[in-house]
Amino acid sequence: MNTTMLKAGSRLERILRSGRPVVTAELGPPKSADTDLIRRKAGYLRGVVDAANITDNQTAIVRMSSIGAALIAMQEGLEPVIQITCRDRNRLAVQSDVLGAYALGIRNVLCLTGDHQKFGNHPAAKNVFDMDSIQLVAMLRAMRDEKVFACGDEIRNSKKAPVVEPRMFIGAAANPFGDPFPFRVARLAKKVNAGADFIQTQCIYDMKRFRQWMQQVCDRGLHERVYILAGITPLKSLRMAEHMRDNVAGLTVPEEIIERLRGAENAAEEGERIAVEQIQELLQIPGVHGVHIMAIESEHIVPDLLKKAGLLPRPVVADPLHDAVTSGPEMLRDSVSGVAENRNRAAQPVG
Amino acid sequence: MIVAEQKPFEDIYSYAKRHRRVLLLGCGTCVTVCMAGGEKEVGILASLVRLAARERNDDITVDEHTITRQCDAEFFDETTARKAADAEAVISMGCGVGVQFCAQRFPDKIVYPALNTKFYGATIEQGVWAERCAGCGECVLADFGGICPVARCSKSLLNGPCGGSQDGRCEVDPERVECAWQLIYERMEAMGRLEELEKIQPFKDWSQHRDGGPRTITREEVRL
Ligand code: SF4
Ligand code: SF4
Repeated sequence: MNTTMLKAGSRLERILRSGRPVVTAELGPPKSADTDLIRRKAGYLRGVVDAANITDNQTAIVRMSSIGAALIAMQEGLEPVIQITCRDRNRLAVQSDVLGAYALGIRNVLCLTGDHQKFGNHPAAKNVFDMDSIQLVAMLRAMRDEKVFACGDEIRNSKKAPVVEPRMFIGAAANPFGDPFPFRVARLAKKVNAGADFIQTQCIYDMKRFRQWMQQVCDRGLHERVYILAGITPLKSLRMAEHMRDNVAGLTVPEEIIERLRGAENAAEEGERIAVEQIQELLQIPGVHGVHIMAIESEHIVPDLLKKAGLLPRPVVADPLHDAVTSGPEMLRDSVSGVAENRNRAAQPVG
Repeated sequence: MIVAEQKPFEDIYSYAKRHRRVLLLGCGTCVTVCMAGGEKEVGILASLVRLAARERNDDITVDEHTITRQCDAEFFDETTARKAADAEAVISMGCGVGVQFCAQRFPDKIVYPALNTKFYGATIEQGVWAERCAGCGECVLADFGGICPVARCSKSLLNGPCGGSQDGRCEVDPERVECAWQLIYERMEAMGRLEELEKIQPFKDWSQHRDGGPRTITREEVRL
C-alpha cells in the first residue's frame, strides 16, 4: 500500500492513505425524482463522513440512479461512492456508466453482485448477471490501469485521440458472516487480486466471528493490500434486531444484543450505544481502516453517532478535483502531487 | 431431459373451448419421464376436458394420441397426420420444441401448448424435478467440481458465493434451492481442489448462450 501514486485521487483514497480511520456512510436515493430528499440527507452527512455510498436500486427496489443522486450529493458538498450492481447492467452499460460518472467528477465506486430482483418491487424483471462482482472489479481496474475496455480496445475516441481512462478508486463488499465461512476470506482475496482498493463489510453484530475473519484476513496479509471498512447498522428497535437475525440471509445477531435491546428503556438509544461501542471496538481491531455506517433510512442519526464515537471532526483534505493544494498535512499534499504525476504519465499498464 | 409442467387446467380448457374437436397430442420422451405430457397424462387431461365440457354444456370432442417424440419429424406418421386432419386444432403436450414441430407439421391447424416448458433438469426424487443445465453453450463444469454455477446459482456467479449463502441454502429460495456455491465448495474441498477456486474466473462468453441469437449446429460430416 506504500506506492507513491494515488490511483484515483479521491478524498476517500487520500484519507485512507493518510492512515487515519475513515468514516463512510450510506445514502439511499429516493424512490422518486425528489431532489430535496437527497439534499436533506446530504446535509446530515456533509462534514461528518469522508464519503457517502449512493446505493444502486438497493434491495432491488427502483430508486433514483446512483450516478444521478451522486451528482446532487456532490453539489451538496459530499464526496460520493457510486454503487454498481451486476443485476441490472451488462458490461456495455457498466463501462459507459463509469465513463459518464468519471466525466462528472465521481472517483469512487463500489462493486456489488446485487440483491436478487425477487426481493424487490419488480420480481418479474429479467436479471442480467453478465458478470459477477469480482469480474466487475477486474474490469474497472483494467479500465483504470491498463486503460482498456473489457473487449481489449483502448479507451480513446479514435486512434489519434488521447486515451482518457476513468480512474476510479475501486471498492468491493465482503460478508464475513455468509457461508461457507472458511471460503469467505478466500473470496476477499479474490477481490483484492482482482483489484479492489477498499472493502466495505456487511453490517457487523457478531464481533467474535468478525474478529475470527479479520484474523484470517491478516494471516493472509490482505490487510496490507486493501483498506477494510467495517460495516455498522445501528439497531433502532428490538423488532429490527429480530428481523435482521431471522430474515436477512448471511447475517447473525448475537443473543446478547437482542437481550440488551429487550431490557432497554429506550431501544433506539440503546441501539445507538451499542453501535458506538462497536465502532470503538472495531477501530481497535488490527487491519480495520475505518467504519461504514449503513443507517438505513435514518441518515440523520449519523452525526450524533460519530460524535459519540469520537470520530468528529473529520480531517480536511483539498477538493480532489483541483490539483492546486495550498494547505493541509504534508502527506496529503504529497499525495495530491502524486495524482498530477499520475495523470501526466504516459499510458502504460500498471501491473 | 427437458422438464415441463402442465398449464393450469382452465388455461388449457379455454383453448379447447374455442373448437368443436381437438386432438390432444402427447410426447413419449422427456415429458413422459417428467410426468407432464406422456400417454398417461394425455388420457387424464382428455378425460378432464370431456368431463368439464359435459358439465358446462360445451360441445367439445377430444381425440387422444401420443407419439414417440414430437421434436423429430420421423415420428409424425400417417396416423398422426390423419388424427390431426380430423381435428380443428391440436393441443400439444410436448415441450416448446414439440409444440413448434406440430405447428410446422400441421400448417393449417391452430396448435396450442398444454405445458409450460421449464428447464433442462433431472428427477431429484419421485415428484421433484430440478434444473441442472442452462444450455450456456460452453460448458464449464470441469472447473466447478461438476456442479453448474450458471444454472444452479441464482445469480450465475462464476466467482461465488454471494453474501446470501447461509446453511447451504440460497437466499433466493432457501426452502427449495441449495446454494450451488456451497455444493461447489464442499465438492472441491472433498477432492482437495479448493485452491482452484481461488483462481479468478474471467467473463463468460455469453455469445455461446442464447444471447448470441438462436443457435444452430451444422456438422458437415453427418449431413446427408
Ligand atoms: S456450464 Fe453451461 S453447458 Fe455446462 S451444465 Fe452449466 S449451463 Fe449447462
Ligand atoms: S446464495 Fe448461493 S446460489 Fe444463491 S445466489 Fe448466492 S451464491 Fe448463488
